[in-house]
Amino acid sequence: MSVFVWIETFKGKAVNTSWEALGAGRTLADGLNVPLVALVFGENASEVAKQAGQNGANKAIVSDDATLKEFRLKPYAALLTKLVNEQQPKVVLAVGTSRGRELLAASAADTDSGLLSEVVELNLDGETIKVVRPAYAGKLLSEATGIGGTTFITIRGRAFQPNAVNEGASVEVTSTAPALSEDQIVSKVEAFEEEVGSVNLGDAAIIVSGGRGMANNPKEAPAGVTGDAAAVWKAQDGFETILKPLAGVLGAALGASRAAVDAGYIPYAHQVGQTGKTVTPDLYIACGISGAIQHQAGMRGSKVIVAINKDAESPIFKMARYGLTGDLYQIVPALTAELKKRLGK
Amino acid sequence: MHVVVFTRSTPDTAARVVAKDDGSVSWGDAATVVNPWDEYALEEGLVQAKNGGGKSTVIVIGPEMHTEALKHSLALGFDQAIRIEDAALDERDSLAYATAAAGAVNKLGDVDLVICGKESVDVGTDQHTYQTARKLGWTMLSYVSKILEVDYNAKTIKVERMLEQGKQIVTSKLPAVISVMKGINEPRYPSFMGIRKASKAVIPVWSLGDLGVTLPAARVKVAGFKNLPVREVQTMMITGTPEEQAAALVEQLLKDKVL
Ligand SMILES: Cc1cc2nc3c(=O)[nH]c(=O)nc-3n(C[C@H](O)[C@H](O)[C@H](O)COP(=O)(O)OP(=O)(O)OC[C@H]3O[C@@H](n4cnc5c(N)ncnc54)[C@H](O)[C@@H]3O)c2cc1C
Ligand SMILES: Nc1ncnc2c1ncn2[C@@H]1O[C@H](COP(=O)(O)O)[C@@H](O)[C@H]1O
Repeated sequence: MSVFVWIETFKGKAVNTSWEALGAGRTLADGLNVPLVALVFGENASEVAKQAGQNGANKAIVSDDATLKEFRLKPYAALLTKLVNEQQPKVVLAVGTSRGRELLAASAADTDSGLLSEVVELNLDGETIKVVRPAYAGKLLSEATGIGGTTFITIRGRAFQPNAVNEGASVEVTSTAPALSEDQIVSKVEAFEEEVGSVNLGDAAIIVSGGRGMANNPKEAPAGVTGDAAAVWKAQDGFETILKPLAGVLGAALGASRAAVDAGYIPYAHQVGQTGKTVTPDLYIACGISGAIQHQAGMRGSKVIVAINKDAESPIFKMARYGLTGDLYQIVPALTAELKKRLGK
Repeated sequence: MHVVVFTRSTPDTAARVVAKDDGSVSWGDAATVVNPWDEYALEEGLVQAKNGGGKSTVIVIGPEMHTEALKHSLALGFDQAIRIEDAALDERDSLAYATAAAGAVNKLGDVDLVICGKESVDVGTDQHTYQTARKLGWTMLSYVSKILEVDYNAKTIKVERMLEQGKQIVTSKLPAVISVMKGINEPRYPSFMGIRKASKAVIPVWSLGDLGVTLPAARVKVAGFKNLPVREVQTMMITGTPEEQAAALVEQLLKDKVL
């Protein structure tokens, strides 16, 4: 028996949150008295396996094959399913990123195992695994247990702490062959357009978000740009010249309300909320966002919320630790300047 | 050519949802709506069926309460709606639902493409799609933000997917299960005529026996729901000129050690 943890990699490097899965897995492995086994597939797997050892894994199973170079569900799931069938782990854990979710769901279906997703708390009651996960867009918590067999668990990013790093730790690495050959894999990745330089909302410690209020930019839109187009221009300019510099000094990711996304101020990838991303940063700064219930659904787990809004009656102030009433176009630049001064940047 | 869309009803996103003492969930008399993520799946299903000159079917797995999502889909223009209900599915997990879903697609027999929403806004599991694909043994393409090409003769599909690190273009084989993102299309509204026609539709209900599937053993149990611990926020309003506000806020944030 063992606890498996899938270490997600991108271009041969472990993604930031993967070590959190080892942190969550450590508690289970200790409680069940079984080894914590890191699974690393694809490019540079052995190197990442070594890091997994430093981050608390006792063993690692690696498969570094051309068919696994970049994540594709079919070959990855086939390999995970093969390993689960062979070794019957008690638990398979991963962070619930887009890849983690689909990989674990697929392999749980292949092996008729239980799957608990987006878990924020993990406990052992004897050998029984008990979890807590958010439901109804974070309005409630749901308590669930795994029954027998292997339980697959995806954890929410930033909900668990990684283990303390032990540089000297060694890890027992075994290598395994992929389960499928290239001609059995029907999906071909033709291109990848990476969004470089932007911080991922999912693992951001700080998020600066803009809403419909971004359209009230005092700058004049260029001649000939009028009506809705002028509002879009103003808001886009605001995101670029006002919010981005603030995000820059803070090393923050850029978020947005749905109103801002739907109006075309910023791409959908930045949307926070019920039909966008759920985020749990240490600090969330909402600028020109009213705080509708569907927006709250995505950001209420933030540790400290700062609201900047010109309307003192906005619901966002009810959930904010710090409320600043006024024009974001005056407050945000002042804040950026102050941070530069205080953080010495 | 035959496209199937899976959808379900969820409580209105603005509903006040509370956990009762017995661990069950109540949303008072708030309305149920089509799972918001599925609006894009439904629209894409209609578009793909039209482009491919084929048929469109919408399926719900669940009790009576979900009929409304099916009526809505029929009003939008779906050719056929099916509901799957069986006592054996009560209180079961995504594994059981996906087994039933795959059974329904197999029973229809001629399906090329299954489209789902990104997730159910209420339970937020994001599991149904992948597990249905695996139970069917089909290609799975998640987080599709654009369908670039579908060739029903050559049985190929080319899509753009939205991942954490950027956009990926993938070609794959049909039949496939895909989940679609917001932004892939502009969902239409039902027409008056459509609503009238749908209100009269009789929706067939299939049991697991009709599908000829048996469920795998239950491997998870939901013990119940509870309310969030009350979040004590004491809002501190910071006033003054923008510069004074900025200075005071940074002071506080440094004190709170979030910077
Ligand atoms: C099914 C469904 C799903 C949804 N999902 C989401 C979701 O995922 N995410 C989401 O965000 N919303 C979602 N919504 C939409 C949500 O209900 C709100 O409409 C939306 O969040 C409002 O965005 P906003 O706060 O930017 O805009 P508004 O509510 O219009 O608020 C703008 C705010 O900006 C302030 N303001 C204006 N100018 C300035 C200025 N110069 N300086 C400072 N403040 C200023 C105003 O006082 C106001 O409070 C969803 C709705 C539905 C029905
Ligand atoms: N009970 C159900 N009946 C039909 N479709 C469903 C059901 N549950 C989930 N789906 C579909 O699967 C998607 C993902 O849902 P979920 O895995 O529940 O988050 C949804 O957007 C729907 O398209």
